[in-house]
Amino acid sequence: MTRSSFVSRSFKHWSLLPGVLLLAALTLYPLANLVRMSVSTIEFAEGSEIWRFTPRANLAQLLADDVLRPALVNTLVFVVVSVAAEMIIGLALAIAVAGLVRGKQWVRTAMILPILVPPVAIGSMWKLMYNYDFGIFNQTLTALGLAPVNWLGSTSLALTSVIVVDIWHWVPFVFLILFAAVEGLPTDLLEAARVDGATRWQVVWRIMIPLLRPAIIVAFLFRTILAFKVFDEVYLLTSGGPGTATELVNLHLYKVFFEQNQLGYGALLSLAVIAAIVAFLVTARHVSVAVRAQ
Amino acid sequence: MKLRHAGVPDSARVPRAARGGWMGRTLVALALFAVIGPFLWILTASFKQQIAIYAGQFPFAPTLANYAEVLFGRRSDFVGNIGNSLAVASISTLAVLVVGSLAAYSLHRFRWPVWVSAGFLGWTLAFHMVPVLTLLGPWYIAFRELGLYDTRAALVLTHVTVNLPMTVWLMSAFLREIPPEVEEAARVDGCTPLQAFLRVVLPLAVPGLIAAGILAFIFSWNEFPIALTLTSRQTATVPVAVARFAQQYETQHAQMAAASIISTIPAVLLMLLGQRFIVRGLMMGSVK
Repeated sequence: MTRSSFVSRSFKHWSLLPGVLLLAALTLYPLANLVRMSVSTIEFAEGSEIWRFTPRANLAQLLADDVLRPALVNTLVFVVVSVAAEMIIGLALAIAVAGLVRGKQWVRTAMILPILVPPVAIGSMWKLMYNYDFGIFNQTLTALGLAPVNWLGSTSLALTSVIVVDIWHWVPFVFLILFAAVEGLPTDLLEAARVDGATRWQVVWRIMIPLLRPAIIVAFLFRTILAFKVFDEVYLLTSGGPGTATELVNLHLYKVFFEQNQLGYGALLSLAVIAAIVAFLVTARHVSVAVRAQ
Repeated sequence: MKLRHAGVPDSARVPRAARGGWMGRTLVALALFAVIGPFLWILTASFKQQIAIYAGQFPFAPTLANYAEVLFGRRSDFVGNIGNSLAVASISTLAVLVVGSLAAYSLHRFRWPVWVSAGFLGWTLAFHMVPVLTLLGPWYIAFRELGLYDTRAALVLTHVTVNLPMTVWLMSAFLREIPPEVEEAARVDGCTPLQAFLRVVLPLAVPGLIAAGILAFIFSWNEFPIALTLTSRQTATVPVAVARFAQQYETQHAQMAAASIISTIPAVLLMLLGQRFIVRGLMMGSVK
């Protein structure tokens, strides 16, 4: 058997092999290692690792972690508020842009930009704009004779400020998905409704939005899952502060792992996060199956 | 769901029923202002002296000093950071295109048992949804043990892994659009599966490769948390450097603005050159 015929005959297997190996080495193995780490205390001494078996101590730490609760609450608020706002604004914008007679392409081009630029750059941008002394918002307020606001430094406002950045970042994504869906709606149906005397609002509420439901569900699920992954902008804007006002689960994870160097406890937290997300996915799947079956 | 309008033709037939009124146009204008305004603000800030930023001066005397300081300042490694980012993003993009399109083709063309195909696709999807922060701890330990901590190789490997789900799903979607008769014909003409893949399927899947390639490159260029934890000064990428300007004891606002603007250049270029592919990629990745 020549080499080339061997390559083609086993092509089925070796074509999938690199992907499988990569996933095994960099997702499956680390996941297994997380389990081992989660019951251990790992310390670095003179360049070597020292592992000790301390399942109880790690669990006790989880129960005694008083940053975890605010982090969970903030993450939940962050996800619910930002995704809800992104869906509403994105949908309104998709319908509005689809109604333009010209210039659609320009709007779409502009809208892609926030999705593509580095989140870190978005964080810096808003850090400048939110700046207490010379940011654009406080400049405007003082020009209007109003008192400046401490956008990122006040415990009551910081989370809202951070959510606004996420909305700014991700409305375009919802817009893109829903805009494509709106453009794909059957035009004769909309025309017929108008001929029958429906107002513009009625067309939007009674015809467009019900027809857009599948796309809305997809955009919603995607945004919800991605919103849980937020890290970069918040790390730059507030790093979780002031206090725990903008502490999110991901920021907490990062700090436990790489600022407090608690690899064992961090692994336990990671497993908890993964379990929570798997639970969410399973529920979301059941819900979306139920909704579609309606 | 298919994208019927890959490029939206201007002044397309917009049905009267769907045409927006003044409220719609106001909303669009506000949204455009909200999206573009911050970019213009940071762009102007990057050309201001630090002192002009603090004073909120407008108009101001434009200066390139911030860019010069970011790129060639004595304490700056930004040119090195750009080199690292370019190397990691291009190598990991090439690698993920090879690995991802091979895997997508294998699952698409050959009869795998369901547990293999569903398992592979399901696992990539699940991995895509879990925050990467959860795996950083084990990655850190593994790369230390392998002696790959603080190397560009570690970044390439992790970026390929992170981009693999998107690439496989995107390429699968594109492969499904190639009519099976094309491959049949190649087979009849005596092509082996490998030859059919290389000479017939891949050329037809070029739009998919471009879409996946652009997105993978941008994700890798933008990626922050992995680079933050697996690199130090020598191997740091652009996002890590930008974050340093923002995180230092005293934030250097003018330089942070200039570094941010530089970091957005690839995204802007790729958006202008490959918008068609990007939109198609983002759509297929999410809608399919």
